[in-house]
Amino acid sequence: MDFIRKQVDVLKKPFTEGGKLEKLYPAFNAFETMLFVPNHTTSKGSHIRDGVDLKRTMITVIIALVPALFYGMYNTGYQYFIQTNIEFTFLDALLHGAYKIFPMIVVSYAVGLAIEFAFAVYRNHPVNEGYLVTGLLIPMIMPIDMPLWMLAISVVFAVLIAKEAFGGTGMNILNPALTARAFAFFAYPTFMSGDKVWVSEASNVDGISGETILGTLAANGEVAYSSFGMFMGSIPGSVAETSVFFVLIGAMILILTGVGSWRIMLSGVIGASVVGILFNLWGANSLMSFEWYNQLLVGGFAFGIVFMATDPVSAAQTTKGKWIYGFLVGVFCILIRVFNPAYPEGVMLAILLMNVFAPLIDHYVIESNVSMRRKRWQGVKLTTS
Amino acid sequence: MSTDISIKNGADLNLKGLASMELEVAKKSLNYALNPDDFFGLIPRMLVKEGEKVSKGQPVFHDKNDDSIKIASPVSGKIVEIVRGAKRKILNIIIKSEGDSTVNFKIPALSNIGKDKILELLIESGSLAFIRQRPYNIIARPNRLPKSIFVSTHSTAPYSADYAFILKNRMNEFQTGVDLMSRLIGKPINLSVSYNCESDFTSLKNVDIYKIKGAHPSGNESFQINRIDPLNSGEIVWVIKPEDLANIGSFFKTGIFSPKRTVAVSGDSLKSPKYFDTLIGSSISSLVDSKEFSNTEDYRFINGDPLSGSKVQYSDFIGFYNNTLSVIKEGNHFRMLGWLPFMYNSVPSFSKTSFSWLLGGEKKVNTNLNGEERAIVVTGEMEKYFPMDIFPMQLIKACMRGDIEKMESLGIYEVVPEDFGLVDFSCTSKIEAQEIVKSGIQIMLKEVG
Repeated sequence: MDFIRKQVDVLKKPFTEGGKLEKLYPAFNAFETMLFVPNHTTSKGSHIRDGVDLKRTMITVIIALVPALFYGMYNTGYQYFIQTNIEFTFLDALLHGAYKIFPMIVVSYAVGLAIEFAFAVYRNHPVNEGYLVTGLLIPMIMPIDMPLWMLAISVVFAVLIAKEAFGGTGMNILNPALTARAFAFFAYPTFMSGDKVWVSEASNVDGISGETILGTLAANGEVAYSSFGMFMGSIPGSVAETSVFFVLIGAMILILTGVGSWRIMLSGVIGASVVGILFNLWGANSLMSFEWYNQLLVGGFAFGIVFMATDPVSAAQTTKGKWIYGFLVGVFCILIRVFNPAYPEGVMLAILLMNVFAPLIDHYVIESNVSMRRKRWQGVKLTTS
Repeated sequence: MSTDISIKNGADLNLKGLASMELEVAKKSLNYALNPDDFFGLIPRMLVKEGEKVSKGQPVFHDKNDDSIKIASPVSGKIVEIVRGAKRKILNIIIKSEGDSTVNFKIPALSNIGKDKILELLIESGSLAFIRQRPYNIIARPNRLPKSIFVSTHSTAPYSADYAFILKNRMNEFQTGVDLMSRLIGKPINLSVSYNCESDFTSLKNVDIYKIKGAHPSGNESFQINRIDPLNSGEIVWVIKPEDLANIGSFFKTGIFSPKRTVAVSGDSLKSPKYFDTLIGSSISSLVDSKEFSNTEDYRFINGDPLSGSKVQYSDFIGFYNNTLSVIKEGNHFRMLGWLPFMYNSVPSFSKTSFSWLLGGEKKVNTNLNGEERAIVVTGEMEKYFPMDIFPMQLIKACMRGDIEKMESLGIYEVVPEDFGLVDFSCTSKIEAQEIVKSGIQIMLKEVG
């Protein structure tokens, strides 16, 4: 360890004050702090600090994403081979998926981190860890056959407009990963919806019909999958959001480590269930009469509520606010699914909508606290006067 | 009469090296010092010059804005140096101890002493400095009496001193202090004790006893005030540290200013952490032997507890209000891949991203920041260590902006910086909450008063 440390110190010299590459220090710092927790000591405030930092928090989210990502790789191959009637092994499916997904991850990280580094150097602040999660989330929620250049442009849009324009990680209003998806959704609709995008190579190979369950329902079709299939996730969909089972493993990691808000997840499920049950009772079309518990299993609902709605920056920040926010995400997700056949999946728009309303929810929660305090003050004035 | 109060949120940091219940009379300090920074919001105006002699109890400086706020010399001696920093700011007033001249006050019979006389004696003797006023935690302004007075013997901060132990032999003086204070406001004072403790405090007169159950920061007065008699806009309450109340009592019994200070010296690198009987402003070297350390620069000396105390050097002095001196290792070292979850579990952490919470026992700490400062990302973690109906994060943000109206409506009057000690500690983004709140309170003090 000492040896590596010494090498880093040698490398660091040109980047320190007065060095030739002084301006690039934030970029160097990002690599250095990845390798070593710095030797900074506390200067003001508490003299001792918790072992947790933002890097650890973000890495925990990435660990929580890994099960869903691996299943996504397998499912990509599985969907392709099963639809083309080619015999395959588990490894074939995984390799096919990895072959398609790795380039997406590489492009997402390369483009996003390049912008992050550029802004860090330009604004002379340390590179924030937020993009480590965003950069992995973006490929996981896109259709598998999305051209890489479109992915790159979506990333650019998300990082520049949704994040850096507001001041970087911690300041954004919208979830950057979902903004990337929303951008692609409206900019390149033919690549983002329909029945030819959800299975690998579907647009090149005749005979693959890769309609999603929600797409089928929107067209008043019959669903061919069982609830168990939906839960396990061997269905067409975006790269890594299909398996509720593996998303739940991630959810457990987030909840046990305290990194993700269980309140938002739980209230989201309650919200979606309530609306789902109400629609079941109404039952005017096949989307309305689609069982409420299946509503929770299909589409990106589970992935969205676990990994996107819980993004602490864009979600509500107060405890009460989190309950309200999560509940409304669930409600709007099902509402959009049922009432807007142009958008078979509602979770993306529901979360983005609630991102916008989260500060308002917090505002009213905080105002109630403020008015409680005011009342107490006034009560005192009345009794003393 | 006693009332039970349970304060739920919070957490105890079980640190290694807590002072053992052993009292030693400290070596006599050569020099003593008064540091104006110990008194929040006070701008010092010197009353004596360098080289002048002072008696024990003689005012050394007073507040520029209110000359009834006087700070008295803890010893008889000579002003050897007034240490100044940038813009001639007074950092330390160093008094060399010599002779034993004292300022003596004539105290009337305590049984029928009047309010005005109590106040006058408090002001003239400098004992008023022992009383602090909320909001803002400034030295009490004698022109307005508070709605109630709070004394907390329930100390919860890591390494904090045990007041039952400190005051074991001073209960008489403590009772005198209590009697006078309750006469001043015409009602019993609020005394909080630890829930499980059967100490001498519970048999005191003229007090309303509150038995507090809860982890840190439930020992901080702010959280107790919030539950017992919340502070509203325009109201004031007084807060007195237990040993200071005994000092006030001692003054009224003897007529001589009492600067007694019992200090719990704690730290995991000390051979035998214990309590020392000494005086306000005595040198740290009179309590801790430099031979215990290979190099004192490798250690941080903190006047107060590690969460909210102030950083000093080995060559510095005990602060005016400190009952605790903490010594911890400096953490200026690198940790390879230290940010990985579940690595380095010996670093204390409340977060479940480390197994630290599973490992019992006493923990060793150092001053490493364990990361870098970031924008606030994680939400909901501050509330866990802030047991009051105030939104800590929103209040901190209002302080950052210096938004007076927001700070007021979010409850700035009810807090002091040290209440945010655990918020500082546990923050994922490593923000300096106490510093931010302090700057907010400074703005309030200046603009609203």
